[in-house]
Order: sequence, then structure tokens, then C-alpha cells
Amino acid sequence: MAKVTIDGVEIEVADGTTILNAARQLGGASVPPAMCYYSSLKGSGGKCRVCLVKVAQGSGKDPRPIPKLVASCSTPVADGMVVQNLTSPEVLEARKGVVEFLLINHPLDCPVCDQAGECDLQNLAYEHGASTTRYEEERRTFEKIDIGDKIKLHMTRCILCYRCTMVANQLTDNRVHGVLNRGDASEISTYIEKAVDNDFSGNMIDVCPVGALTDKTFRFKSRVWFTKPMDAHRSCTKCSGKTVLWMKDNEVLRVTARKDQYGEVKEFICNECRYDHKNAADWTIEGPRHIDRHSVIAQNHYEKTDLLTLKKEIERQIEFQKGKPLPLALNEKK
Amino acid sequence: MGRQLLLEHIAVPGIETFEVYRKMGGYASVEKALKTMTPDQVTEQVKSSGLRGRGGAGFPAGMKWSFLDRKSDKPRYLVCNADESEPGTFKDRYLMEKIPHLLVEGMITSSYALGAKTSYIYIRGEYMYVLQILEKAIREAYAAGFLGKNILGTDYSLDLYVHPGAGAYICGEETALLESLEGKRGNPRLKPPFPAIAGLYASPTVVNNVETIAAVVPIVNLGGDEYAKVGVGKSTGTKLISASGHINKPGVYEIELGLPVEEFIYSDQYCGGIWKGRKLKAVVAGGSSVPILPAELILKTAKGEPRLMTYESLSEGGFISGTMLGSGGFIVMDETTCIVRNLWTFARFYHHESCGQCSPCREGTGWMEKVLHRIEHGHGQMSDIDLLVDVAKKIEGNTICPLGDAAAWPVASAIRHFREEFEYHVKFPEKVKNPKHFEIEPFVSNKQLVMA
Repeated sequence: MAKVTIDGVEIEVADGTTILNAARQLGGASVPPAMCYYSSLKGSGGKCRVCLVKVAQGSGKDPRPIPKLVASCSTPVADGMVVQNLTSPEVLEARKGVVEFLLINHPLDCPVCDQAGECDLQNLAYEHGASTTRYEEERRTFEKIDIGDKIKLHMTRCILCYRCTMVANQLTDNRVHGVLNRGDASEISTYIEKAVDNDFSGNMIDVCPVGALTDKTFRFKSRVWFTKPMDAHRSCTKCSGKTVLWMKDNEVLRVTARKDQYGEVKEFICNECRYDHKNAADWTIEGPRHIDRHSVIAQNHYEKTDLLTLKKEIERQIEFQKGKPLPLALNEKK
Repeated sequence: MGRQLLLEHIAVPGIETFEVYRKMGGYASVEKALKTMTPDQVTEQVKSSGLRGRGGAGFPAGMKWSFLDRKSDKPRYLVCNADESEPGTFKDRYLMEKIPHLLVEGMITSSYALGAKTSYIYIRGEYMYVLQILEKAIREAYAAGFLGKNILGTDYSLDLYVHPGAGAYICGEETALLESLEGKRGNPRLKPPFPAIAGLYASPTVVNNVETIAAVVPIVNLGGDEYAKVGVGKSTGTKLISASGHINKPGVYEIELGLPVEEFIYSDQYCGGIWKGRKLKAVVAGGSSVPILPAELILKTAKGEPRLMTYESLSEGGFISGTMLGSGGFIVMDETTCIVRNLWTFARFYHHESCGQCSPCREGTGWMEKVLHRIEHGHGQMSDIDLLVDVAKKIEGNTICPLGDAAAWPVASAIRHFREEFEYHVKFPEKVKNPKHFEIEPFVSNKQLVMA
């Protein structure tokens, strides 16, 4: 076991845990954002650099700080380590820089992008980015291509997190797509646009943090915040069958796997569940999906609210109206 | 001319063949090491020699060797990094082309010290003709019994292979090199684990530059302590310098570390002064990625002491007024050089060579190149100069591998020392339309006017 202090809060975690996972065990605001790390994909992480943190004290034995900022998703903790995330201006500055870098070649076509509303890059830019750009040059563009009959690739939107190539590598037995070229010309592609065709390829859509890979059966059907997410399951021979149905009235518009609070899928689903059962009668509906209050999807959520919690929340807001600083949200830990 | 340890016999005709090389005393270090020394003794000699990595970072080679995980039951590997692609550096090519057996000999001795049974030379894809020279040398060494099973009748066996890259600068980064050698896309790995623990095929691996491995030969022949007497302080031995640019005698020179920079540039033994009788403007002392220094700072440090060709002296003053010895790519620029244009060329190179794995380097290098292109062609604004500084700052230190730093340092240093020149490009867009603008009308710095 190793004791680490993250933003002044101490926590004990198992040896070999990464700083990011230690922070996630702690929860709350001090969890660094992550665009490329994906806990259920081996070898992911270290690439996007938004999870950079400052290690102010290397360990109890060797209290020297690490001179550079480190990627929290790939740096294991040491006993006595002191980590600064939101408390370090250096980290916030670097993160702002990374967000800017991610956005300079991003088309910002959110108004026509299917991912809008559930996009990690939108959230990240909202929390850590600047509101204007200093980039005046031409953005890189690619043609849209079909990879398989169900997936559309907008390479222009891609931030090269490499997650989808790991899905192809780790969930299925034949790897048919990867990264071509290098530098800012690199692109996710299949060999001469060969179709990605295997039972679990649809998970590439779920792991994509932006709108680069979208579901062709859902494209332009609806904005996500006009749909109602419902937990549902069916008995499936290939996967766990646990999914989320995104419904409009009684119509199933889209089926996805269940994502946790960090936007990560723990149980991947097969293409049959995802594409071939868009009929509410095929599913046992468990109830409304819990969606984070901060999410734009929550605009439309109709989760049963505990009246007592609601009262406290309103009181909290009234305190704020009186000019007092906003106390911690109820679901946030200190 | 100072003492030569690597290129001593370079002028002997036929030195690239085994017979001539052997006649000139070649492969003595292999005989000495295998017959009279244990592997640990060889490592000790390298440690006491104070040899520092010649690839750019200057990390002590003996210490790197001692980090190798010797307890692991996996095979150990020695990999020679011959992926020399830094603009302004060409010393390894010269060494491998002219005297290939020196590298082969160094590989055998070093592999013996590290206990490697298989070793690789990872050579840059553009050096295909050098690869053939090396393979011929290796065939000759096999035939003479210096490679293969039971070398010189001892129970030590070694196989040596040459592997060409496919033309990527990034594969000179040691972990990207290992990925490429394994047959994968050459993306740098996340560290830790370091190659000394899990490198090639997840086995303990040492990656060394060509010149570092070649330097093991004189170290074993002379003894580590004797080798350490050459040079100054912690910069021991000799170093190959690839001198290029506006000098009378460009080429590869072997110098004793500690030679004054002024003597290196102006002495007839070495660069022979600035061409066409012009004045020195700036020097990039160690390959394109190290900070550029103006003439007054390269000849003398900020304290006024003469600068020497050593790791310490060149980096004196940090990045504010110093630079690095780096890989020894010594690029000299005369007064007609446009620093902005030169920087744009460097930025274009790093943009082209970024692997695209991590965001700051992938996006930032392209951004810097585009802004520099704009300034150089007379479309810049004053705010662009600060923008460049800021972008460079946001890349530096935040990337997986040092390529991001290498792209950021030249930009930051050029603006630090030559800001006036950037401002000139913004103020007089008409004058910089001609690519040779400073040849027609040399740039006069206000700083120098005040000093004079």
C-alpha cells in the first residue's frame, strides 16, 4: 500500500496504482481529465497529455520533486508522493496549452456533430480551455470515409487518442485498422479503406472521445439531449447484453454500452445488440440511466429526484444568491 | 592537431578492409577483453574512462551500462543507434563509411562487457550504401573468427546484425528505435520502464550511439584511466564534430574535448575561418535541436571566459546564455544568414518528423512552422513573436519524448538572441520578399551599434 496526497487530500492505494486511478478513487474535482487513457484498454494512455500533473514530492524516501510534469495516467504512485493537480498553476497552464493544441486542428463543427453533448473534448475545452483561438492558419482536413457499413470516420475531428485502434487489437482477433502517416498528417484508417468488419467493431464508436467515429444508424437522427437514456438488457450469447437505449418516445434511436462517470465502458457490447435490435420489445428495460448533472444530456433527464436532496440543493443555491461562495455540490466530496 | 583516438588511421588506404585494419592494430581490444578481462572489468574501464554518450544527451556511458538488469533471466541486447538524422550531424556516417571495422570491433567488445549474445546496429534507411559497407565488414569479421560461435576460442559467442530503418528521425529516440526494430510503428514508448529493464523484446537492452561504441575500443586498448587523461574535467576523450555551414573547411574533425571554440572555428587545422572573409553571426553548436548562440556568446561565456568545446563549458549559463554540445553538429552562420529563415527550416524539419503520438508535439510543431513561414515571407505581426515563444514553452517538457523539446529549444533561443531580426521581418515586409534579403543588405543589430 502507498500513501499519496493529491491536492492536499491523503489516500492510501495499492502499490502500482497510477496517479490518475488514485485520484479517481478519491473522486471529486481533483481527478485529472483524460482523453486517451481508457481503463479497460491495455496500453492506452500517455498520449493526449491533458492529465499532466505536478509531482511536488517524489516519495517519502526521496522527497525531490519530479522536474517535468508527468502524465498521471501512466505514472505509478510511490509511498509518500505529493501530487498537485488543480492546486498547481503550472499544471493548469500546461493543460490550457494542451487543450489549445487539441483544438487548433479540430473543425469545431459541434452544431452538426453527432457527438455534441456527450463529447469529452467539449467538456475539456469548457473546463480548461480559452474562449478564443490564436490560430489563424488553415486547419488540416480529410475526406470522410466509411469504415464498414455501420461506422463513419470523420478524421478531421479526430484527436488521435489511439483508443479505437486498441479496440480492434484487443477485442477482436483481426486487426484491420491503425494509424497511417505521421505528425499532424497521421490518420486513423484501414488498409485501403478495407471494411472494419467484426462482431465488436462498434465499440470503436463508444471509446472515441470526440465525433470522429459515429454510428451511421444514428447519424443526424437526433441531438443526444433530446433522447432519453434507459438502462436495458437482453440475453445475448456474444456479450453481457447490458446496454443503454437512447429513446425518443417509444422508438429506440441508438444503442450503446454503459459508460461510467469517466466516460469509460467496462463491459463492451457486440454489434448485434448495438445495431440489430432497435425495437423496445427486444429489451428488458431496467429504468432511467443515471446521467451526471453537469452533462448537457441531463437537460432532459427525468430521473426520479429525492425531494430531500432537491430541497438541500435549492437551499444551497439560495445561499449562493445571497452572495456567499457556493458551497461544495452535494455529490462532491471534500 | 590534437590526439586522435578514433580516426587515427583514417587516411591509410584500404582501411575499410579487414586485412589492413587488422595490420594497423585493429581488433586488439577484442583480444584483450576476451582473453584477459572479465565482462565486469571491461565495464569498470568504461566507467573510469568517464566516457559520455556521444548521441546528444551526454549521459555517462559506464553508468548506463551499470543500470542494465543483469539479474534477469532474459537475454540481454546491445543496440547501436546509427539512426543519425539530426540536421547538421554526419559524423557517424563518416566513421561507418570509412572505418567500419572500428564500429564492429566496438560492438564485439561492448557486447562482451554487457553479456549480449545478439546485437544489432540500427542504421538509418537513407544510409543504405553504408549498410552494405557494414555488412561486408561483418562478413569479414565472421570469416576471421571475431564473430559467431566461440570467438577466438573462448566460450563467448556473438551474432551481429544490421537493420535499416525506413527514414524517420524519431527512430533515433531509443525507445522508438526499439519499437521499429521489433517491426512496429516507430512511436516512442512511455518511460518507465527504461530499456535497461525492459527494452528490445521486453528484455534488458542498452542503446548507444555509434561514436560511443567506437570509443570503447581505445578505452579498452589504453585503459580507462589513460583515456580519461584526454580532455578536460568531466568531458573526457575525443569527440567527432561535424562542422558545416559558412566555413572554409567543412567536414568531420576529431577534437580533444577542451579545445577553445574560437580555435576550432578560426584555426586552419579545423574549420579554417569564415568563408569569403565575412564575419561570424551565429553558431548552432550541437545539431539543430540545441539552442542557437550569437557570435559574442559562442566565443566567450556570459562571464567573459573563453568557451571550450566541452559538455560543461558549452552549457554554461543554462539556456539563457549557453547551449549544449549535443551530437556535435557544428553549424556556423555568417553575417548574411537570415536567422528567421534558418529557424523556419528547422521548424519545418521537426514538423515533418513529429511522430504524431502526443498532442503538444503533433499540433505545436506544425503551428510553429506555419507562423514562422508567415513571418519569413513578410506576413507576420508583432504578436506572432510572442505567440511563438508561448507555443514553444507549452511544448517543452510536456511531451513523451525529447523531440518536442528539440523542436521548442531552437525557437525559444532564436527569439531570445535575435528578436530584433524577427521584428525587422514584421516591420519591413517588402525587404524580406527576396529569399536572400540579408545577402543584399546585411542586417545591422542596434545592440551591436551601441556596443561599437
